[in-house]
Amino acid sequence: MSGHSTYQPKTGFERWLDARLPIIRLGYDSFVDYPTPRNLNYWWTFGGILSLCLASQLITGIILVMHYTPSAQGAFASVEHIMRDVNYGWLIRYMHANGASMFFIAVYIHMMRGLYYGSYKAPREVLWLLGCVIYLLMMATAFMGYVLPWGQMSFHGAVVITNLFGALPLVGESITTWLWGGFAVDNPTLNRFFSLHYLLPFMIAGVVILHVWALHVVGQNNPTGVEPKSKADTVPFTPYATVKDGFAMSVFLILFAFFVFYMPNALGHADNYIEANPLATPSHIVPEWYFLPFYAILRAVPDKLMGVLAMFGAIACLFALPWLDTSKVRSMRYRPTAKVYFLFFVVACCILGVCGAKLPDDPVIPHLTTFQVMGSDLNSFVWLSRAASLYYFAFFLVVLPVLGLVEKTLPVPDSIASPALSAEAHKG
Amino acid sequence: MLRKLSVIAAVGLLTVGAAAPALAQHGALEPKDVHWSFEGPFGKFDQAQLQRGYKVYREVCSACHSLKLVSFRNLGDKGGPFYSEKYPNSNDNPYVKAIAKDYEVADIDSETGDAIKRPATAADRIPSPYANEAAARAGNGGALPPDMSLLAKAREGGPAHIYSIVTGYKDPPKGLKVGPGQHYNPYMAGDLSSYWSGSKEHVPPGGFIAMPPPLKDGLVSFDDGTKSTIDQQAKDVAAFLMWAAEPKLEERKQTGFAVLIYLLLLSGLLYASYKTVWRNESH
Repeated sequence: MSGHSTYQPKTGFERWLDARLPIIRLGYDSFVDYPTPRNLNYWWTFGGILSLCLASQLITGIILVMHYTPSAQGAFASVEHIMRDVNYGWLIRYMHANGASMFFIAVYIHMMRGLYYGSYKAPREVLWLLGCVIYLLMMATAFMGYVLPWGQMSFHGAVVITNLFGALPLVGESITTWLWGGFAVDNPTLNRFFSLHYLLPFMIAGVVILHVWALHVVGQNNPTGVEPKSKADTVPFTPYATVKDGFAMSVFLILFAFFVFYMPNALGHADNYIEANPLATPSHIVPEWYFLPFYAILRAVPDKLMGVLAMFGAIACLFALPWLDTSKVRSMRYRPTAKVYFLFFVVACCILGVCGAKLPDDPVIPHLTTFQVMGSDLNSFVWLSRAASLYYFAFFLVVLPVLGLVEKTLPVPDSIASPALSAEAHKG
Repeated sequence: MLRKLSVIAAVGLLTVGAAAPALAQHGALEPKDVHWSFEGPFGKFDQAQLQRGYKVYREVCSACHSLKLVSFRNLGDKGGPFYSEKYPNSNDNPYVKAIAKDYEVADIDSETGDAIKRPATAADRIPSPYANEAAARAGNGGALPPDMSLLAKAREGGPAHIYSIVTGYKDPPKGLKVGPGQHYNPYMAGDLSSYWSGSKEHVPPGGFIAMPPPLKDGLVSFDDGTKSTIDQQAKDVAAFLMWAAEPKLEERKQTGFAVLIYLLLLSGLLYASYKTVWRNESH
């Protein structure tokens, strides 16, 4: 990895193994001696938290599969069997269902942290791209997992999302038929989603290994965005980062436990406790909360195909980000203007999330009618989502490319240690 | 550090809060505010209430509504209406056995293979009132009485929604066209604008429900002497249905309390370790 290995095998066995498979050396270099910038703040603990989320989802998921029946006839009843008859089945299932939400809370914070501190800039482009791939895989896994209980929202959500591919010209209909394994969402769809829902997490785990590998080649970014220059800038990963990550994980688990034990269904939808019925469509189909911003972008565009393209374009922007941002300064800590745009970006994402949950034509301000534009009142969630979508794209496609060339940045410290040490001097 | 943690918490809550408003039912009144014994982190089911609620279900609801996911033995499980410490295995519970024996279930004679009926045992699921969906619809003017096993979790507002529906029937306001076999209920989800002849601004809240008002004062006699009002029956049956939907609620909350104490202690220890490890390092 970065720098020379300082691992010294101490016992005979370690020396023997090290000459044959230096796996202890790999672990030591990666998680013990690995130099970590000394100024990492709590936003940097979400990488560890995410690996905890992945491990929890894998373990609870594997146990759930031992009791789950992947068929349109039996799926719903088998989930209830888990809830009622399996020892601690309720705990395993609630951990898995809420764990998905926790995973996304953590990943969104992790991504926003990368965005703010410029963690996607050279030489960390591949690291960022691998993260984007993980995020895509997570979305696919979460979507297919939500279908498995075969409740009303599972079923009709699957219908809505798979139908999106039908908007593609020429091949759309063939693709949806191929995805469904028939001419409607039915047993074959459930079976293939189950198969893929089991496969994708292991692919995520694989890409996570690449992500960590890439991280250890280029080293961690840090709040100043200045690369570590000397030993004074870093501390060894263990015990410094491990104990801090451990504390953050424990606090995160408190939030997790609070949902699992006291409000396990708050993040779900009541309709999913009704068994799937193709003949009864819920009055208001909404995806899980973590998809709502993209759902809002989809519905903001009046044309179905353009909406689908906009939704995928929103994710594509993330992939292109390392080449969209032209600023030489990495951390927004020293980019006062970019900081403001970033803050509005976070707000726009939250607004999109709210819009995705509302009926498009509902008024934002109750009982107020303004002008009808393109068939909807300006005071409606569809127009709010249009404004927020526009900002979302403008942030990536206009603000970041242009601002990097024209903005006046603050002076960047020479090294990590210098501001950290001078802050210490201030205190003393 | 606390400031930063609160920022993290705020971001989390904001994201969660963003999704929540979507969940309010469109057009219906908010469910009435009811106090439940099982609310809050230390909430428990009130066993006497569950027994009364079971009686309401048995004597009123079960004529049309199934409870497919519940077995008789569940009634005697820990936290259930007929749990007794004397019978840790609910299959031995005499109440449960007696309740089961009152029902007949379809079976196959293991000697001859003939279809037979036999008295239910504690291990059987509670039999449904109708053989299938078509029969249920035929018996209810085309409407399907929903299975009640998960009803308290399958409606926004949960047991308060059930309570509000059965106590919330109102005479339809003038100008609302109510079809045959339909009843107006302001707590029912729906959109009444196409049945409303008044101004578009004042469409009445709620929707139509095929079920006539099911409860009457004194309809069920409670063995524990509780006055059998509509309000009492509704509360009790809603609590019973919450138990039916989430029988592990008590176990969940108790486990959660222990888990949270453990995690708080662990976090405290880790924070102390963190402070100790970093005491000589500037950051």
